[in-house]
Amino acid sequence: MPQLPRWAENVLVPILSVGLAVLFSALAVLSIGESPLQAVQVLSYGAFGNPYNFGFTLYYTTNFIFTGLAVSVAFHAGLFNIGGEGQALFGGIGAALAGLWLDSTNWIIVLIIGLGASIAFGSLWAAVPAFLLATRGSNIVITTIMFNYIAAGLLVALLSNVLKPTGSDAPRTRQFAQDSHVPRLDQVINWWGFDIARIEANIIFLVALLAAVGVWLFLYRSRLGYEVRMFGHSNSVSDYSGQSSFKITMIAMAISGGLAGLMATNAVLGQQHQLSLGFVGGAGFTGIAVSLIGRSHPLGIVLAALLFGALFQGGAELSFEIPAIPTKMIIVIQALVILFVGAMENLIRYPTVALLTMFRTRNGRWI
Amino acid sequence: MDLDLIAQVFASATRLATPILLACLAGLFSERAGILDIGLEGKMMIAAFAAAATASLTGSPVFGLCAAISASLAFALLHGFASITLRGNQLISGVSINMFALGIAGLTGSALFGLSGRTPNLTSEQRFSNLCLPFHSDLGVIYRDVVSGHSAIVYVAFGCVLGTWWLVYKTRFGLRLRAAGEAPDAVETAGISVARVRYYAVAIGGVLCGIAGAHLSIALSAGYTEAMTADRGFIALAALIFAKWRPFAALFTCLLFGFVQAIGFQIEGVVEIDNRWLTTLVEFLEASFPYIMTVIVLAGFVGKATPSAAGGIPYTKER
Repeated sequence: MPQLPRWAENVLVPILSVGLAVLFSALAVLSIGESPLQAVQVLSYGAFGNPYNFGFTLYYTTNFIFTGLAVSVAFHAGLFNIGGEGQALFGGIGAALAGLWLDSTNWIIVLIIGLGASIAFGSLWAAVPAFLLATRGSNIVITTIMFNYIAAGLLVALLSNVLKPTGSDAPRTRQFAQDSHVPRLDQVINWWGFDIARIEANIIFLVALLAAVGVWLFLYRSRLGYEVRMFGHSNSVSDYSGQSSFKITMIAMAISGGLAGLMATNAVLGQQHQLSLGFVGGAGFTGIAVSLIGRSHPLGIVLAALLFGALFQGGAELSFEIPAIPTKMIIVIQALVILFVGAMENLIRYPTVALLTMFRTRNGRWI
Repeated sequence: MDLDLIAQVFASATRLATPILLACLAGLFSERAGILDIGLEGKMMIAAFAAAATASLTGSPVFGLCAAISASLAFALLHGFASITLRGNQLISGVSINMFALGIAGLTGSALFGLSGRTPNLTSEQRFSNLCLPFHSDLGVIYRDVVSGHSAIVYVAFGCVLGTWWLVYKTRFGLRLRAAGEAPDAVETAGISVARVRYYAVAIGGVLCGIAGAHLSIALSAGYTEAMTADRGFIALAALIFAKWRPFAALFTCLLFGFVQAIGFQIEGVVEIDNRWLTTLVEFLEASFPYIMTVIVLAGFVGKATPSAAGGIPYTKER
């Protein structure tokens, strides 16, 4: 089958695939007797309608930028890191330790140490599967799945025994002291003399944007990033050009895990100010959808993360306004997006190729 | 240790092993034919929901089982369509199947029953009751608790192990199935459609996951609760790798995993550990045992788990 031109491959096919997912989501809304148009209206107001709602959208967006970037860096090395969930969980333990030990100081120290700790913990949790792949040939997909559950088991055991405050039954740590809370965006803006209402997202949103720029610089402007992409395109070319596959695998997965770990700082240090079960909330898996729609490019990932952030926040508002549409609708939409954009993209690509071939010029060039 | 307690542990291990075993065999068919299946969890989940919803609406567990099999089969064929016909990424398809099941079960549940994420509680007529084999109480406590006294699905599951072994190793279909996973070119050269063999394999997997889901919601418990599969689909995946994709080894692995879980339930509350760190370690190992063992086996520290050579690669006939 001929290769599609770049604009068709990178823009047309994903947009049409998302369109199919939207179509089926609309059918799902119709089937429970609600109007899809009204649902879209409520959903977009819930996501963008006022600064307060938009703040929550940005909060979710921050999570998804990190996990989306995590999936994409591994993907560029030809590795499917399905373990973002576990790496974020483990990163959360790092972030929480920083919060628990240092919350008597101030937020700058907690933030810096917390970012470092969550990167280190997330990287470590991804490095073990990478090491097992590079030295023992373990399938990275299976190992990272297993590490999701091992991390979950560890978190439950730690929270219900050693990390919870003595005398408490709830499996969560104590709240970190007020001074250590990472400032929200409205607080930052109000430092300059403004007076705006609460915005739930915090300055880790800016860290996420920086991370996106950093990943772009790494992938497309650094020698190492080039080697990672070459390895992803062809292991044998990479081998023949003298790259160590061990080094590339370890580096790509460590960066991927570190990014997933960073997601935890946003949830643990930025919003909940404690470590509890389920703080990742599926963001690791949403990262797969985000990376797929964003075509593994940092700019695409930021936009796709905003889309999913809006879906999560708007979806919560939607189920509040129209109780007949529960939040599970968002899970269905997410599943449809992953299905059509990720697994069934040939459903769109095959007809697109056929259609464009009809308009191909005589010398074989695409229009 | 007294005999009653031992019998209890083994009985509970058997019940816990059953859904994992069925899902594990489902994965075996699929993966032996070259289609990776990380959507076992989702198929079990939608089946568990369909079984409980149908049993609650019709009052019949048999209809519930049929609905479970149909729902799981539909999801399996969706996975097949994406992986075989459209040559899509099998792992991504599996991820979406898992999410889709959770979402659809939640949506349909609240539309049908107005209960968020669950079905109404089932009465005993709407469930599969436990069978008493002949001589139920005459052959000792081990026979009474461990061999007899399970729901029909448990016996079906153990029968499926034998059936799987026979089908995979002793029939022409089984040979083609294994060949489709190891050397699809050879299958195609012999004039047999790789796509058809793989669709059959995926469909058999769908049926088995359907039975597993029904076992969870209308035999083990009385109704569907949200995400009640509780990662059993992934434990099954772990067991499949641990068993190196072989049916009898799968049986023993699932029993082992069920046994560890059963022991865990037994010692909870009985054994008191004063040390918080030791408790943490014990709870962690108990919860993560199947996953840790799988990582060890996958890394080849204890034997080597080698999947089908063509697993995960979409087959393209014209090259």
